[in-house]
Amino acid sequence: MKAKTLFDKIWDAHIVKQVEGGPNVLYIDRHFIHEVTSPVAFLGLKNRGLKVFRPEQTTATPDHNVPTIDQHLTIKEELSRHQVETLKQNCKKHGIVYHGLGTDGHGVVHIIGPEMGLTQPGMTIVCGDSHTSTHGAFGAIAFGIGTSEVEMVLASQCIMQPKPKKMRITVNGKLGNGVTAKDIALYIISQITTSGGTGHFIEYAGSAITSLSMEGRMTLCNMSIESGARGGMIAPDETTFEYVKGREFAPKGEDWDKALAKWKELKSDEGAVFDTEFTFDAADIEPMITFGTNPGMGVGVSKHIPTSEKLEGTDKITYQKSLQYMGYGEGDQMAGKPVDYVFVGSCTNGRIEDFRAFAQFVKGKKKAEGVTTWLVPGSKLVEKQIIEEGLVEVFEEAGFTLRQPGCSACLAMNDDKIPTGKYSVSTSNRNFEGRQGPGARTLLASPLTAAAAAVTGVVTDPRELM
Amino acid sequence: MVYEKFTTITSLAVPLPIENVDTDQIIPARFLKAVERKGFGDNLFRDWRYDNNGQLKPDFPLNDKKYSGKILVGGKNFGSGSSREHAAWAIYDYGFRVVVSSFFADIFKNNSLNNGLLPVVVSPGFLQDIFNEIDVDPEAQFEVNLENQTIQIVSSGKDEGFEINPYKKHCLINGLDDIDYLVEMKEEIQAFEKTK
Repeated sequence: MKAKTLFDKIWDAHIVKQVEGGPNVLYIDRHFIHEVTSPVAFLGLKNRGLKVFRPEQTTATPDHNVPTIDQHLTIKEELSRHQVETLKQNCKKHGIVYHGLGTDGHGVVHIIGPEMGLTQPGMTIVCGDSHTSTHGAFGAIAFGIGTSEVEMVLASQCIMQPKPKKMRITVNGKLGNGVTAKDIALYIISQITTSGGTGHFIEYAGSAITSLSMEGRMTLCNMSIESGARGGMIAPDETTFEYVKGREFAPKGEDWDKALAKWKELKSDEGAVFDTEFTFDAADIEPMITFGTNPGMGVGVSKHIPTSEKLEGTDKITYQKSLQYMGYGEGDQMAGKPVDYVFVGSCTNGRIEDFRAFAQFVKGKKKAEGVTTWLVPGSKLVEKQIIEEGLVEVFEEAGFTLRQPGCSACLAMNDDKIPTGKYSVSTSNRNFEGRQGPGARTLLASPLTAAAAAVTGVVTDPRELM
Repeated sequence: MVYEKFTTITSLAVPLPIENVDTDQIIPARFLKAVERKGFGDNLFRDWRYDNNGQLKPDFPLNDKKYSGKILVGGKNFGSGSSREHAAWAIYDYGFRVVVSSFFADIFKNNSLNNGLLPVVVSPGFLQDIFNEIDVDPEAQFEVNLENQTIQIVSSGKDEGFEINPYKKHCLINGLDDIDYLVEMKEEIQAFEKTK
């Protein structure tokens, strides 16, 4: 039998039909929806007189628009409130489980799925959100879709997709002190660019990857889309099984044993062929920071901004335009650049491990004057853990306050906007122009590098303070 | 989604010679709060078209009176980032029917095809030829022929073929969408579910 990749195994097992000269009709096991990309899909169903085909396979939560303070009050902004209310009504009408604001199950959609055990190895998972790639950490095929496709899943539990090419990215070796999964992600994208993964689905492999916790793996897979790839995945192992076991929707008893036996088969066969391969050495990776307006424009935090000397044509114009937006010069040193805001949260770095890292770093230190810090847990459960583990006291002692769950300043659809011209060290995933608010300037980094900026007020190598 | 059937378009083109145009630029997140598909064209490239005071920036190509047409020409890696279909809606709603680039992000490409907006991938050299042509003559016409899968610079007759999935081509030419197709497959899908 031909050697297959992990991706092939899962994809091929979900093909309902191969359309002649066209895409695959792909069956979707798990569908997540949120308030922004679903309303037009529900409207489409209504216009066609259709019902949701498999409501029990869709889970909903409002995350993009929600405020991160005073969640017990009505959402002030009318359009946001209406969008959240529309999601709630659509779910009620179609029998979809809805985790509303303030409830135990509420949070960023890519954080609550894994927490509840809804995300499992071998599944196909989609959501109208590009960071659905997060769920690939469990050895699932998970990717973001558009609203037309959300409507397709609601109507038929299937979408039509051409099969992507396969890429393997191997990172061998041991990560240095202060180097996290986020740094691996930013490093990879800085090497292969934001279009290096386009047309592909990535499998991450190698000792630096398998040594990551599930939280770290989710951070890495989350950022796959920033390299242009549809998604990224990691073969499930004991770390994965240990995380899933016992969660609310995880298989139980005999079902667990059966599932486990199947999940253990989920790995790329010896000799399986990938269309593209990259190999990196963990020792080359240091804490990363971005200096431009796409996630590929990143360097080690101790480094200087590259010059545009070797670039030509639109490449050069685009690069210069980007630095101009950031207010940076070619060759500038990143360490010491002033920071106005620090944001810790998002589907990239809003999990408990991220807040533990931040807390451990700031313990016994003080927030720098003049820096505004937003600590936004990814879910109600993460918030609860932060409180139960006593991290809140650590934060407060150092001058930080904890907010409530949501996407928050990652994309600034709510009130958490970075003002024009201000610099934000952010643990989120995109440093596009205006992403965190019109005119905002974003520097992507890990929770540790964010913590270092929060206590010094400037871009700082976290290793110097650890 | 109901969109106009696509056959051949001959039109002027609007140049946007910038790379990595992400969907946050095409339509910023704060304009994604509608629950209906209406009026997204008004906020297309909002923060590039308008300054902080809501005034049009005259040097942005969409605001430059010398450019018009149904074809938008962008630099490589067009449509990267967020999966928001609102980006394709905004471009379509503004009046474009074709986006030309040397490279598109995957999700944006899918979203466009699902909305009657044709993404045309050309070689980097041909993309430069198109930019040069518009630069020399903003009134230059371009012909996009979906049946033949060609894009032509009308004045010189120079053309290039482009790839499109045959199924998607059929859908665009006939104004069909995937949902009709999938809903008709319901029995096959149910049979598939029993095998899992």
